[in-house]
Amino acid sequence: MKKKSASFIPMGVVFLYLLLPLAATFLYSVSTKWNKTVLPEGITFQWYTKLFSHAEFSNAVLHSLMLSAGATLISALIMVPAIFVIVVYAPRLEKLLQGIVLLTYAMPGVIMAVGLLKAYAHAGVSMVVITIGAYLVGIMPYMYQGTRNSLRNIHAGTLMEAAELLGASKFTAFLKIIVPNILTGILVSALLSFSILFGEFVLANLLLGGSYETVQIFLYQQLSKSGHFASAIVVCYFLFIAILSSLVVKFTQRKKESL
Amino acid sequence: MKKRKASLYLSLVPLISFIILFLFVPLISMMYSSLFKNGETNLSFSNYIEIFTNPYYYKSFENSIIISLSSSAIAMILALFTAYAITFFKKKIQDRILVMANLTSNFAGIPLSFAFIVLLGNSGVFTILAKELNIAFLQHFNLYSWTGLILIYVYFQLPLAVMLMFPAFHGIQGQWKESASLLGASPLQFWRRIGMPILLPSIAGTSSILFANAMGAYASAYALTGSTYNLATIRIGALISGDIFAQPELGSALAVLLGLILIFAMMINEWLMRKVRRDVG
Repeated sequence: MKKKSASFIPMGVVFLYLLLPLAATFLYSVSTKWNKTVLPEGITFQWYTKLFSHAEFSNAVLHSLMLSAGATLISALIMVPAIFVIVVYAPRLEKLLQGIVLLTYAMPGVIMAVGLLKAYAHAGVSMVVITIGAYLVGIMPYMYQGTRNSLRNIHAGTLMEAAELLGASKFTAFLKIIVPNILTGILVSALLSFSILFGEFVLANLLLGGSYETVQIFLYQQLSKSGHFASAIVVCYFLFIAILSSLVVKFTQRKKESL
Repeated sequence: MKKRKASLYLSLVPLISFIILFLFVPLISMMYSSLFKNGETNLSFSNYIEIFTNPYYYKSFENSIIISLSSSAIAMILALFTAYAITFFKKKIQDRILVMANLTSNFAGIPLSFAFIVLLGNSGVFTILAKELNIAFLQHFNLYSWTGLILIYVYFQLPLAVMLMFPAFHGIQGQWKESASLLGASPLQFWRRIGMPILLPSIAGTSSILFANAMGAYASAYALTGSTYNLATIRIGALISGDIFAQPELGSALAVLLGLILIFAMMINEWLMRKVRRDVG
């Protein structure tokens, strides 16, 4: 028993370390002035009201949503049927796909940004389109893993055979039987991908810069201007991500129970 | 039969074209342009030669590797204790702790650096507190130094390490320890002879992921001071983003080298993971 409590100490320290910056940012975002005193001088919500009436901020949110949700949606539409075909009908291709997924995993945003700028900076294509393309590649590992696991869980191959024996075409069987059965799994991967993209800074900054401001770029620009304002953005961003993550947890737990 | 197969493969076309357009074309054009010196038209290795002879550039790799190794090692050690401690809780609380780890792992990049500025920056909470209480080492703490950067790197490495290591600890709980102690093994002996050998592949695999994660990190350091830190990713960003010194070809060469290091780290990880799977059966 004594040994157990001893191992709680390092864990307590670790979680204190993880939570302190969050708590300080929150306090900073609701304080009037906090430059010279140990505790904030007063409590206010003015930074939040200012934030939500800020036209540039709502624009940045809109841009972030368009980029992240757009890339996630296109990714689901492209990846799910393709992975289904590979897993069920062309398992030999899966090794290749896994190799590519691993490659994208090893390529951080900085490297991708260099390549994309080299390839497309003077191609006359809108950089917004290029960024969405880069995001598609970036979330491939998550979409692949999630879709493949749900397909395995429902034994997609057997289900397809049964549906075809009963007279359904491959296309109908996929749409009416496979997709509804793996929808929760796809949703979880999509939410995860979306929240990763929503926090993405490197590609957005290097490819788009000020021309298409996302929340992260807006936040970076506010850092030097007003700490309180910036911390209000951070708190909102974190709350948004927390809601998304709790949705992921809720869906994965429901899936476990139903199995 | 053949016709039906063809229509199946048709559904792969969008995915394949996206992979080619947004993964292979950029990577190949990056490698190709790394072979041209700025403004010249004939192929040469001069960009690579410059990286290996100019201390400014090879130092950036050295710094990146040092900060990645040290932040991964610190995060790994802390994660070992934390993941082990989590196994003592009830299943429900374990889940909650892991959700929290998952949440904080999303807290990286610009927002994270900012949170640390609030805590430890020039007029940060702890900096003021230290001045009030006259604590010497905190009073002169400089967040914009390498120590500050390591502190931030450890923050985004820690939750990831905990989440990756927890399943490994989860696997060795319970009866094994009881049987070992029944057979007369001390806890230390248990960990040295049984626990550690089982954990080792996971530790190595997780470490290589952490290393790659830190090597590729850009936003955290960039948010702190812009481009004054001499890290590989920061150098690449500065060389391509059209600053006064824009030299995209040299940036490409740096990016190729960074990519090779990361692929090497991932290959070690793959190799270790395959070894684990074979061990387990």
